Amino acid sequence: MSRYVARRLLQMIPVFIGSTFLIFFMVYALGDPVAALFGDKAPDPATAARIRQDLYLDQPLWKQYLHYMGQVFAGNFGTAFNGQPVTELMGSAFPVTLRLTIVAIVFEVVIGIALGVLSGLRRGRPVDTTVLLLTLVVVSVPTFVSGYVLQYLIGVKWRLASPSVSPEATFGELLLPGVVLALTSLAYVTRLTRTSLAENARADYLRTALAKGLPRHRIVLRHLLRNSLIPVVTFIGADIGALMGGAIVTERIFNIRGVGFQLYQGILRQNSPTVVGFVTILVIVFLLANLLVDLLYAVLDPRIRYA
Amino acid sequence: MRGGRRARAMVALGGLVFAMAAAGCGGGGGVPAGWVRASWGDPQNPLEPANTNEVQGGKVLDMIFRGLKRYDPRTGAAVNMLAERIGTRDSQNFTITVKSGWTFSNGEKVTAKSFVDAWNYGALLDNKQKNASFFEYIDGYEKVHPAAGAASARTLAGLVVKDERTFTVRLRTKFSTWPDTLGYTAYAPLPRAFFDDHRAWLKKPVGNGPYTIDSYTRGSAMRLSRWDGYRGPDRAANKGVELRVYTDNNTAYTDLQAGNLDLVDDIPSTQLKNVTKDLDGRYINQPAGIIQTLDFPMYRAEWNRPGMEKVRKGLSMAINREQITTQIYRRTRTPATDWTSPVLGEKGGYRAGLCQDACTYDPGRARRLIEEGGGLPGGRVTISSNVDNGSHRLWMDAVCNSINNALGNDRSCTVNPIGTFADFRNQLSDERLDDMFRSGWQMDYPLIQNFLQPLYYTDASSNYGKFSDPAFDRLIDAANSRTSTAGAIAEFQEAETVLARQMPAIPLWYQNGSAGYSEKLSGVMLNPFSVPVYERITVK
Repeated sequence: MSRYVARRLLQMIPVFIGSTFLIFFMVYALGDPVAALFGDKAPDPATAARIRQDLYLDQPLWKQYLHYMGQVFAGNFGTAFNGQPVTELMGSAFPVTLRLTIVAIVFEVVIGIALGVLSGLRRGRPVDTTVLLLTLVVVSVPTFVSGYVLQYLIGVKWRLASPSVSPEATFGELLLPGVVLALTSLAYVTRLTRTSLAENARADYLRTALAKGLPRHRIVLRHLLRNSLIPVVTFIGADIGALMGGAIVTERIFNIRGVGFQLYQGILRQNSPTVVGFVTILVIVFLLANLLVDLLYAVLDPRIRYA
Repeated sequence: MRGGRRARAMVALGGLVFAMAAAGCGGGGGVPAGWVRASWGDPQNPLEPANTNEVQGGKVLDMIFRGLKRYDPRTGAAVNMLAERIGTRDSQNFTITVKSGWTFSNGEKVTAKSFVDAWNYGALLDNKQKNASFFEYIDGYEKVHPAAGAASARTLAGLVVKDERTFTVRLRTKFSTWPDTLGYTAYAPLPRAFFDDHRAWLKKPVGNGPYTIDSYTRGSAMRLSRWDGYRGPDRAANKGVELRVYTDNNTAYTDLQAGNLDLVDDIPSTQLKNVTKDLDGRYINQPAGIIQTLDFPMYRAEWNRPGMEKVRKGLSMAINREQITTQIYRRTRTPATDWTSPVLGEKGGYRAGLCQDACTYDPGRARRLIEEGGGLPGGRVTISSNVDNGSHRLWMDAVCNSINNALGNDRSCTVNPIGTFADFRNQLSDERLDDMFRSGWQMDYPLIQNFLQPLYYTDASSNYGKFSDPAFDRLIDAANSRTSTAGAIAEFQEAETVLARQMPAIPLWYQNGSAGYSEKLSGVMLNPFSVPVYERITVK
């Protein structure tokens, strides 16, 4: 088990280097960012040259990359154009997005699985049809539509919650954005759980459990649900990474200063330290989430073992 | 049993809704009574006066700094603020006397040295200030800011401190309206703290304006409270201002509607239709010192040969400005009829209709003119611009349609969208664009000179199309050496008629500033730079 984990962790190193280089290369390919710093005015050549030199932009790509990586290993992720160190941006952005992701994941897990179980146990009944129909609607509505609509209804029309999130971004404030962010995945979780449950409901071990006279809640929770959760866990694990990086739209709508906000600013201003730094962390989060998912398999299904 | 589970699910859902509602009461983050909550954007650069060249950072500097001059928020006229007297006999050597009694909010006196030190800092190449070129008129600039290589002097030779309140400025050439440029924030005085502990100053800038910064969380909010020690004529009428960063102006607008915000100074275009009704008339839409033009690449021979001015004029006449400003912009843009801006006023050099027929929609004449001039180069034309913000794609399509309809050919005009502003800017600087491109100009100071010289003078800093006309240059030089402002303006306008004849850039429209505010506020207005005049806002 620990050897397996160690091996997986070691595998992350090439992935880390490869992904940083790819991202670095892509941001670099967007072109020289210095020209855009001067607004409507043409950049003054001497000042622009000095800024380029300062940012190491006058060097060839490979040298820039090595310089950047050298800095990263010394714990310095560079600075954004407004003079703020990227580590400072990360320190303020990641906790916020993490809270948002937690809210979203909790929604997904609690409501998604509950609805999935509900409709999975009553296949073909009106409850099942209703849930299926609802999830279909949710999946087909893009996040920015559901975001603006819910924001308007809850924030302006009914005045139940503030339409935007304060800089502190407490859990309470993040409930509404969390729901919006979770909606699509929630629908997928529901459908996955339902299908998986429906498949396993016909399995032999369930008939055995039923024949033994076990109480129904025990059959559903211990035998049916636990075995049906593997695909759902895979999905949620992959979703953690997607939610953290893909919250750009939701963060914009609710004015949350999280990872999506910083990435958006970074891309717009073509600030490679910001973009590369944030994406690198996201890549690591993604890798760790995947590792966690793989380890969870063993918990859910004792037949799976890692040597 | 079954019913029980369903009931539990319902309870769980109900609980969530309740929790959301409960959270709503605590959300928003209150400010003390008498404060204004206003929308803001994240400033792109550190908040140094000579390094801030965009509106968002400019907003803050305008609240915490006062310079030698200040532009009247209503008329745009430059009036003395810290300057007691700016005297000159030859429009080249100026003697500036600073008023006594002004201090920075940390107690330090504002002296002649505060200005000279700040200007020297701004001009020096080593400090990489983005507004350094504002000091280029001062003698000795090429030493502290050479085009290539290291600076050979640390201070501008043209600046000399005479005594505590007096300093002299020697310019490189005659520039009669130079004192009127001094209202720009790049010319603000700086306290010693700026130089002694630069890092700390940037975290919490200290100035001499009507507000002081209480707290600044970069990327999210800034709180500025009224400085009670301020002795200037424009004390703040409210107790303070909280600036909140919004990434999406739709959210700011929603917050305003929800009573979560008091002032939004950028109304999203999608809301323009409903804004008067939504806000019950608490909506401002007035001209700002911004003009949008379509420039021609005069560095390309096919656009520069004689006779092409007819084609350029013809293209201008093929654009239905009236329709585009009404339908796309809902009158937040005004069709342009000269190359300046209405905010200058008649006295400042704005002259409506200077462009005459060439800026009037006339598809028939447009087609004839283009034919007379030899037709479009290669039979077609493209319009290039970045499309990452500012709804540029929308109006470019509309302009192209207008041209296509006028010429009766669906393929004569196409749009060339460029992904990012930086890329667009690079293509411009490298002269890679070989057809019309968008150009927006936001004035630095309300002077006609600022709309002409940097844009159309030979090799001027922002002359992207590389337009060059000896007659135009001569008139600009003559205007700058005039000692009377009125005479100078007449000559600038004369130069502008050269543009009308040559049409190196098609004036499209003047951009307005817009703002919406809550019932709590009164006295809300925008200055000619489309920035709210925060100190005049009163809170109910």
